[in-house]
Amino acid sequence: MTAAPNSEAILPAQGIEAPRSGKVDPKYLRKGSSRGNFEMVTWVFMRVSGVALVVLIFVHLYTNLMVGQGIHQIDFAFVAGKWANPVWQFWDLTMLWLAMLHGTNGMRTIVNDYAEKDTTRMWLKSILYVSTTVIIILGTMVIFTFEPCLVDDSGQLLEHAPSFCQNVVN
Amino acid sequence: MWSWVGHRITGVGIFFFLLVHVLDTSLVRVSPEAYNAVIGAYKHPIMIAGEIGLVGAIVFHAFNGLRIILVDFWKQGTRYHKQMLYVVLVLWLVTMVAFSARHLMLFIGGE
Repeated sequence: MTAAPNSEAILPAQGIEAPRSGKVDPKYLRKGSSRGNFEMVTWVFMRVSGVALVVLIFVHLYTNLMVGQGIHQIDFAFVAGKWANPVWQFWDLTMLWLAMLHGTNGMRTIVNDYAEKDTTRMWLKSILYVSTTVIIILGTMVIFTFEPCLVDDSGQLLEHAPSFCQNVVN
Repeated sequence: MWSWVGHRITGVGIFFFLLVHVLDTSLVRVSPEAYNAVIGAYKHPIMIAGEIGLVGAIVFHAFNGLRIILVDFWKQGTRYHKQMLYVVLVLWLVTMVAFSARHLMLFIGGE
């Protein structure tokens, strides 16, 4: 009794090409995707900006809420006094940009995790990116175009103007 | 796992506060009155409690974030991640007791 030749019963050496050619199908490679290393860059950014934000925000909270009159001291004149110093302008600018980008990337991660439908994800992220852009541009412009000594049409200082404006206007 | 949940929830909360905070600060470009009126809301008793909650979220997110960085980059990080979480919680408690005491004293004294 002779068994019929089974076409599938071939030796592995005959059936599988030896992996020696060096040509690997691109779909098995971990590099070369269109995303590049964007996710790795954001991963590093979260850690680097995170460390910076701990310092920036802790000092921000300490100088604004813990010393002097604390929350009672915060008014237009207080902001004017701080932004008269370029160090605080730069401090707040850095804090604005890093916090917004850090927060936006965190929100992007959360949207990617929980929004399962492609269109929902696309919409949520579009709203997120538009909001972020508006807030960053607005905040940057406010820091750089801030005018502490506002006057009315007759050239009089507005009410609640900081006291140092008396010397500037008069 | 709970530290991960806490990190996400505090992160989302801080993000939305940040949006509001940039908008309220932007009122300095409108007029001193507008800014002072809106920032005055932060001095209301309910907002004082809210600020303690906000700072609590920020301090947890900050300390836990530093712990995540240590888990990622420190050789022994994964081995001691749990102990580091306890350190985070203790530091959080100490910071919050100090902040709340000062914030409440300023609130009562500055009225």
